[in-house]
Amino acid sequence: MMVLLDLALAAWLLALALHVVMERNERSAIIAFLALGLLLGLVWVRLAAPDVALTEIAIGGGGTGILLLRAEAALRGRGKHEEGATRGGKLAVAAGCAVISAGLGFAVLALASPAPTLAPAASDAIAATGLGNPVTAVLLAYRALDTLLEKVVVLLALVGIWSLAPDGIWGGAPEVAPAAVPGPLAWLARILPPFGVVIGVYMFWVGADAPGGTFQAGTVLAAMWLLVIMAGLLPPPDAASPALRLVLVGGPALFLAIAFLGFIVADGFLAYPEGFAKPLIVAIEAALTLSVAAALAMLVAGPARKAPAR
Amino acid sequence: MTSVHATTPSGFLLVLAVILPVCAVLAIVACGPRSAARIAMTTLAAGLAVAIAIAMELVAGGTALSYVVGGWQPPLGIALRADGLSGAMIVMTALVLGAVGLFARSQYALHDGGGAGRAQTTFWILLLALASALNATFVGEDLFNLYVALELLTFAAVPLVCLDGRAETVKAALRYLLFALLGSLLYLLGTGLIYGQYGTLDLLALSQLSREDPALSAALALMIVGLLAKAALFPLHLWLPPAHAGAPAPASAVLSALVIKAPVFLILRLVLDVAPPQAAAVAGQMLAVLGAVSILFCSVMALRQARLKLMIAYSTVAQIGYLFIVFPLAAGSADLPPWSTIAWTGGALQLISHALAKSAMFLAAGVVYEAFGHDRIADLRGFGRVLPISAAAFGLAGLSLMGIPPSGGFVAKCLLLTAAVAEGYPWLAATILAGGLLAGGYVFRVIDKALANPAAPIVVQRAVPRRLEIVALALAAAAVMLGFLPLRPFEFLQIGRSGVSMAGLP
Repeated sequence: MMVLLDLALAAWLLALALHVVMERNERSAIIAFLALGLLLGLVWVRLAAPDVALTEIAIGGGGTGILLLRAEAALRGRGKHEEGATRGGKLAVAAGCAVISAGLGFAVLALASPAPTLAPAASDAIAATGLGNPVTAVLLAYRALDTLLEKVVVLLALVGIWSLAPDGIWGGAPEVAPAAVPGPLAWLARILPPFGVVIGVYMFWVGADAPGGTFQAGTVLAAMWLLVIMAGLLPPPDAASPALRLVLVGGPALFLAIAFLGFIVADGFLAYPEGFAKPLIVAIEAALTLSVAAALAMLVAGPARKAPAR
Repeated sequence: MTSVHATTPSGFLLVLAVILPVCAVLAIVACGPRSAARIAMTTLAAGLAVAIAIAMELVAGGTALSYVVGGWQPPLGIALRADGLSGAMIVMTALVLGAVGLFARSQYALHDGGGAGRAQTTFWILLLALASALNATFVGEDLFNLYVALELLTFAAVPLVCLDGRAETVKAALRYLLFALLGSLLYLLGTGLIYGQYGTLDLLALSQLSREDPALSAALALMIVGLLAKAALFPLHLWLPPAHAGAPAPASAVLSALVIKAPVFLILRLVLDVAPPQAAAVAGQMLAVLGAVSILFCSVMALRQARLKLMIAYSTVAQIGYLFIVFPLAAGSADLPPWSTIAWTGGALQLISHALAKSAMFLAAGVVYEAFGHDRIADLRGFGRVLPISAAAFGLAGLSLMGIPPSGGFVAKCLLLTAAVAEGYPWLAATILAGGLLAGGYVFRVIDKALANPAAPIVVQRAVPRRLEIVALALAAAAVMLGFLPLRPFEFLQIGRSGVSMAGLP
C-alpha cells in the first residue's frame, strides 16, 4: 500500500515539475511551484525527515514562492523587452540538466548500501547537550559553527538587498502594501496572526526536543509580520531603525557571546559548560528565531522605497 | 590509521581569523554607518596581526595548527586546520584587504566629505564578511563547513559588484549571482553524494577513506565544475569581465585578487586530498587543458579591450589559468610528494603574486578613473606625467604578470616552466611562454600610453591625493619583492602536509 502511495507521490511530483517548466503563464507556473514545495515536503515526511519537510515547505515553497510572486507582480505590465532564451539555449539547458540528473541517478544507485551514517553517533552524543531532537543537536552543538555562519549569510543577503536602494532613500522603509488593500487580505491579516504567532512560538519551543526549530519558527513569524504589513495594518520599519537592527543582530550576537564564553567556562569556542547546554541553546534559539523572522520578512519586503524618517 | 584532529595550543588563532570579522559585521549593522570605517579598519588591522601570529606559529612549530570547534570531534563536529599553504593564503588575504581598506578610506574621503552613505557602509560590511569567508575557506576541514564559507563568500562578493547602483552593474551582479549559485548547488550535490558514500565530510578522514568508485567520481566532477564556475575558468568565465570591471576600484581589487582564489584553493584540496590517484590524474589533465585555453584565449581578449578595467579583468581570467596548469605538473611521484615539487611552490607563488599585482593594478586603474573620469585606454595619452606613481605601480604589477625578473610572477612562471619541461609537457611550456608574451602585449599597451607625449595638455578632473597612489605602489612593490625568493621548493608551503596520508599519491 505504502509503495503505491510513494509511486503516486513520485509521479505527481514529476508531473508537477514538468508543468512548472512548461507553463507559459508565469503566475500559474509560480503557483504550481508553490504546490511543488508542499509536495516535496510530503516526500521528506515519507523519508522520515520531518525537520527537512518543515523547512522545505516554509522556505522552499512559501518563502521562495512569495518572492517569485512579488517579482512577477513587479514585472507585469512593463512589457517584455528582455530577450527570451533561444531555442538552442533552452536545449542546452535541458541537456545540461539531463546529464546532471542522469549522473546523479547513476551515482545514487552506486552508493554504498547500507549507507554509512552518523545518525547513531548523533544520538549517542545527545546526552551531553540535554536536548531531545538530534537535528537541533547537530545545528546548535555539533555543527554550531555552520549555523552561526549561515545566520551571517542571511544578514549579508539583507545588507545586499538594502544596498540596491537609491542613495537618497537608503535606510528608509520598503513599500509592501498595495494602494488598495483587498478586503480578504485585511480580514486575514486580523484573524491569522494570533494563531500564527502561537504556532511560531510553539515550533521554536518544541524544536529542542521534537521537529521544529529556529528557521521554521522564524519563517512562520515572518509570514505573520508580512501579512500585517501587506494589509497596511502596521507600517514597514525603516531599515535604519535601531530597533530593527538590534533584533537582526541580537540572535547572532548572543550566539557569538555564548560561543566566546566557551573559551572561559568550557572547553573552548562554541563549547557549552556542562549542565548548562540546554538552557543556553534554548536562549540562543529564541534570539535567533526573532532575528531570522525579521531578516526573512525584510528580505521579502525588499529595498527601501521611501526616504528614512529623520 | 584513524583520523584524529587534536586542538593545538595556538589553534584558537584560526577561530579568531574567521570570527573576528563576523563580530565587526554585527557591530557595524548594530551601530549604524557612522562608525563603519573605524570598526572596519581596526578589525582589518587585528586580522593582519592574527594572520602574522598564525604564520609565526607555523614557522615556530613546523606543524599545522588545528582547532576542534566546541570539542566535538569530526566527523560529528567540525575541525579547522591551517598548514603552510593555508597560512600563506591567510597572510596574503590580510595584507591585500588591509591595503584595499586604506585605499577605500582615502577614496571615500574624497567624496562628500567621507560621509557614511549607502555605498561606503555596505562596502565596509562586505569587505569584513569577505575576510571571514576567505579565512573560513582556507582553514576549513569539513566539506559542508566549506560550503557555508563559499555561501558567505558569494553573498559578500555579489553586492560589491553593483555598489554604484548603475543598471549595467546590477545586471553584471545578477549574472555573477546566477553563476555563483549554480556553482554552490553543484558543490552541495557533490557533498551530499560524498556523505552518502563515506558517512563523513571531514577532509582528513576522506583522504584516507576515498577509493575509486563511481559515486565519488560523480561527486568530484559536480563539485569541481561548480567551483570552476565560481573561479571563472574558461569557458565559465563569461560573468567575470563585466562584474570585475564594473565594480568600484577597491571592490574590483578584492574580487580579482582574492575572491576567485577561494574556489581554486578548494579545487586543489579536492584533487589533492580527496580524489583517488587515477581520478586525480584525469582531473589534473582536464584542468590543465582548460587552464591553457584560458591563458591564451583571455590574454588575446585582454589585448583587444578598449577600456582599462575590462583589460585587467580579462587578464585575471588568463592569470587564473596558470593555477590550473599546476595540477599535472605538481602530481609528484612515489618518492616526491606533490608539495615538495617545484610546481607546488610555483603555483602558490603565482597565486600570491597575482593577488598582489592584480590588486595593485585595479587600484591604479581606480586612481586613473578618479583623475580623468574615464578609463578608455586610447584617451589616456601621457597619464604617466600626471600620475607617475600610479603608472609606476601599473608597470611594476605588469612585470609580475608578464613574468619578468625580478618579480614574484617571474619566480612562479620560471618554476612552472621548468616543471613543464622536466615533466614532459612541452605544450604547457609553450603556453606559459606565449601567455607571458601576450601579457607583455597588453601591459605595454598601457605603459606606452602612460609615457607618450600628450597631444593636448592633460586635463585632470580631480586631484588625487598621493596616499591613494602609494597604496597601489606598495602592493605592486610587494609583488616584485616576492621575486627575491630562491628558485626552489619553499619549506613554509610544506608545513603540515607530510603528516597527512594523501590519497593523491600512487
